[in-house]
Amino acid sequence: MGFEKKIYIIDGARSPFLKAQKGPGPFSASDMATQIGRALLLRQKFAPSDLSEVILGCAGASADETNIGRMVALRMGCGEKVPGWTVMRNCASGMQALDSAIANIITGRSELVMAGGVDALSRAPLMYNDKMVGWFASLIGAKTPMEKAAVFAKLKVPEVLNPVIGLMKGLTDPVVGLLMGQTAENLAWKFNITRQEMDEYSVQSHQRVLAAQQSGYFEEIIPIIDGDGKVYAADDGVRPDASMAGMAKLKPFFDKKYGNITAANSSQITDGAAWLILASEEAVKKHKLKPIGVISDSEWAGLDPAIMGLGPVHATTPLMQRNNLKIEDIDAWELNEAFAAQVIGCLRAWESDEYCKKELGLAGAFGKIDAEKLNIDGGAVALGHPVGASGARIVLHVLQILRRNGGKKGIATICIGGGLGGSMLVETI
Amino acid sequence: MTELNLKNWRLENDEQGIITAILDKAGENANTLSKEIMGELAILLDEFDKNPPKAVIFRSGKAAGFIAGADINEFTQLDSKEKGLEIISRGWNLFNRLADVKYPTLALVRGHCLGGGLELALACKYFLVIDEPSTKMGLPEVMLGIFPGWGGMKRLPERIGAPQALDMMLSGKTIDAKKAKKLGLADDCVPPRVMEMAAKQLVLSGEHHKKLGLVSQVLSGPLKAVTANKAREELAKKARPEHYPAPYAILDIWEKHDGNALADPNLIDNIINSKTARNLVRVFFLQERLKKFGAQSDFKASHVHVVGAGIMGGDIAAWCALRGLKVTLQDTSVDRIAPAIGRAKKLFDRRIKDPLLARDAFDRLVPDVAGDGVKDADVVIEAIFENLDAKHKLLSSLEKKVKASAILATNTSSLKLEDLATILKNPARLVGIHFFNPVAQMPLVEVIHAETTDEKTAKKALAFVKQIDKLPLPVKSAPGFLVNAVLAPYMLEAMCSVDEGISPETIDEAMLAFGMPIGPIELVDTVGLDIAMAAGSQISAANEAPKCLLEKFEKGNLGKKTGVGFYKWVDGKAQKGKPSEVPAGLAERLIAPLLERTQKLVDEGIVGDADLADAGVIFGTGFAPFTGGPLNYSVG
Repeated sequence: MGFEKKIYIIDGARSPFLKAQKGPGPFSASDMATQIGRALLLRQKFAPSDLSEVILGCAGASADETNIGRMVALRMGCGEKVPGWTVMRNCASGMQALDSAIANIITGRSELVMAGGVDALSRAPLMYNDKMVGWFASLIGAKTPMEKAAVFAKLKVPEVLNPVIGLMKGLTDPVVGLLMGQTAENLAWKFNITRQEMDEYSVQSHQRVLAAQQSGYFEEIIPIIDGDGKVYAADDGVRPDASMAGMAKLKPFFDKKYGNITAANSSQITDGAAWLILASEEAVKKHKLKPIGVISDSEWAGLDPAIMGLGPVHATTPLMQRNNLKIEDIDAWELNEAFAAQVIGCLRAWESDEYCKKELGLAGAFGKIDAEKLNIDGGAVALGHPVGASGARIVLHVLQILRRNGGKKGIATICIGGGLGGSMLVETI
Repeated sequence: MTELNLKNWRLENDEQGIITAILDKAGENANTLSKEIMGELAILLDEFDKNPPKAVIFRSGKAAGFIAGADINEFTQLDSKEKGLEIISRGWNLFNRLADVKYPTLALVRGHCLGGGLELALACKYFLVIDEPSTKMGLPEVMLGIFPGWGGMKRLPERIGAPQALDMMLSGKTIDAKKAKKLGLADDCVPPRVMEMAAKQLVLSGEHHKKLGLVSQVLSGPLKAVTANKAREELAKKARPEHYPAPYAILDIWEKHDGNALADPNLIDNIINSKTARNLVRVFFLQERLKKFGAQSDFKASHVHVVGAGIMGGDIAAWCALRGLKVTLQDTSVDRIAPAIGRAKKLFDRRIKDPLLARDAFDRLVPDVAGDGVKDADVVIEAIFENLDAKHKLLSSLEKKVKASAILATNTSSLKLEDLATILKNPARLVGIHFFNPVAQMPLVEVIHAETTDEKTAKKALAFVKQIDKLPLPVKSAPGFLVNAVLAPYMLEAMCSVDEGISPETIDEAMLAFGMPIGPIELVDTVGLDIAMAAGSQISAANEAPKCLLEKFEKGNLGKKTGVGFYKWVDGKAQKGKPSEVPAGLAERLIAPLLERTQKLVDEGIVGDADLADAGVIFGTGFAPFTGGPLNYSVG
């Protein structure tokens, strides 16, 4: 099974993932995507204008970045004739960009595509609430100074000071009304995942990222430079001092007081960009490219939005079944760490006879993933989760791990707010 | 309408009866107001007197702009008082006549609109500017040592108020379309897509110019004397009247004669026939001559790769990105490149007003540690530290990767090109492209044609320099080329004077009074005492380094970069004490070695001829432009 055409990965790169500090970060989403993309293009054998198209996933582009995919294609110097567009599938926007590139390569519409994802969550906007919007409308309607004065007299300070926080809206399910963290609380409840387990997983994520940094395993990072000449060369959310004692200090954030999910055992709010270059067989020949890997299949699945964190289970299981793969056939797993509880929840679901029978239609439990194959260089709990970028990052990184360790097959899979899961099967050449 | 048979004007009539008069100077790329064109404009006005049109729109038939100014070639022929008066009265009277016509007139200004061109536009009833980066308005006459005598000194202060107008006329600086609208110079500022419609609506609108604000009215009228005196004070800080009399004359003519120069014929003669004006016109033509060196090849670069992200390499890269090229900037680590990116951002923000265009420039400048840009570049410039072995290693690796059509250049200032070229399989392809610090401010770039350099390559390099809006000067390979070679003995003489007990402040003051933009001791501090040591030993091998230089050098006081040299440096500024009275003949003594060396380099053929040497020293060192250059000065 798998795709009817070979989809080659030619190269890929990402920005350092920069944790949101107080206020907007140093780069807008398009700044980051441009800096990484132009550097990635510079090292290719083909010219930027040779691209068939540019596809960028982004969950929350700013008001100044409408159709950010096209905008970045132009900013990277691809020229006016290379089409650029934007896809949005929440946390999997970057993976969706890859899948859209794949689809167009398979139909023959494209042969050489730059696809990736980006988000600058630190720049998520504050917005006026509905009452304020109404107030502005009445101000515009007021003609005379007296009328205007009357409108101003009705202005209520608390409403001015109570903006809608764009980020919180983005992290809230629009149908079931749950914060993403609350969907993770649902998984903890469903699978009896304890605070201790979540915190242990999170400490391990930090430790794994640190170890990978020290070993130089994040070579897909290209440093970026801001307008003040400051270099950002490494992911900065990782905490060398991460410990169980430190984890224990945090209070539950989403279900205040009684919950288990804290800011520390969730993925971080982060800015980042990731790109891959995908090519058809013909493009590889035409430009004499040296592929580093192949994306051989992909799958999307839907499930109850209230347990969206199990998306990877629902997307990956059918993908592996149709490719006749068993858990032990996979050499490396990148399962995006939206929440520690959500990763553990996915593992429990696959290990559960009941869940696999009832929800996946299997004869019994799918199996147990070896912890030494799962997120071995850490994940979003320590690196951060710049929503649109993460799906592209894990596809690129699982390939890096396979190449490093001599593995053959890897899975990159991600849960998606709104009750979706995405999964890709990546192989070395 | 009768057939007018004009060589340089085209008329178009529309159904409303509006005439568009299009100036399209025969045989030129840009419009300048020659005697012939002015004569034809007079014929046009005669015709319009006979058959008054509903309205007249003046515009240009050139892509380059509206009108670049008067025809400067005509300035070189003003050898008598009568001729000077004649050229002033020609424009003054014609534009007064234009200003008095009964039918409405409009100047549609797109691209450059300078000097006489702006004076023509000011004489029209309406002034419409096109909102494009290339639209620039100004009265730069002062830079040629003369004044805007065709009505500019009268109408610009009337239109935008004396403080703003004096600022423009005394500095010669230009303003863009948006600023013109803001100042009230232009009645409106529109994008090109609606300019024809806007011009026709505006010219028939019957509207009046925006009135000056009250403060501006008072400063231009009742308090004229106060305004003029304040401007004189400011002016004295920037230009000495004995060097630059024209701006002082502008103030006088505005204050005493409402901008009518004809009221004081002697003043006209004093200015137009001054040495300064003659020399500044000479400098203008030298500049045009340098530009022409860039026209000998149709080479056009779109991508430049710079190796070495230090002050020079980084600033060269930033400049090229500013001029619209894609630039890859290489150094051994991203941390070494980053400061150059920070400086570049400041340059772009300062020079490019539109933030989206400034961002484009920033996006065009790509850090490139791996040197991936070499293979795609049309020009590769190495600007790493001055070490033969290091440069050899670099050049031979670059040679393997560069495109066959690309220029391979070095920015070395102290190594011999022939020595550098030995490492190359094809030594003929190495050319020197030598920039000066600070890159963004210094107009000159020396293009070094070594004995080994291929002729075609040198011409391509000259074209590249012109492409990035610098002035290319071809020089032969010799220690210090032209500019550094003439500066070295001058700085040396200055330091010898320090050894003799003259204070650095006094030495610097002597040369500022001479007309130099910076004193020689401050210059040593700026370039760095280490550079001065190295350059000194290469260029003046016979001499021992001055004691003052040696002492400071050995203490590690290298000048501006270390915070201490001959001066203490605070926030990038030399902390100078009061100079003593300058000993008689000090300036002449200090300048003598520079003059001598310049002549020697001409004699040796390092630079083409005396005029080019003057051009090089003026644009490469800021040598007092009103002197017309060192050799012109020494001829007297």
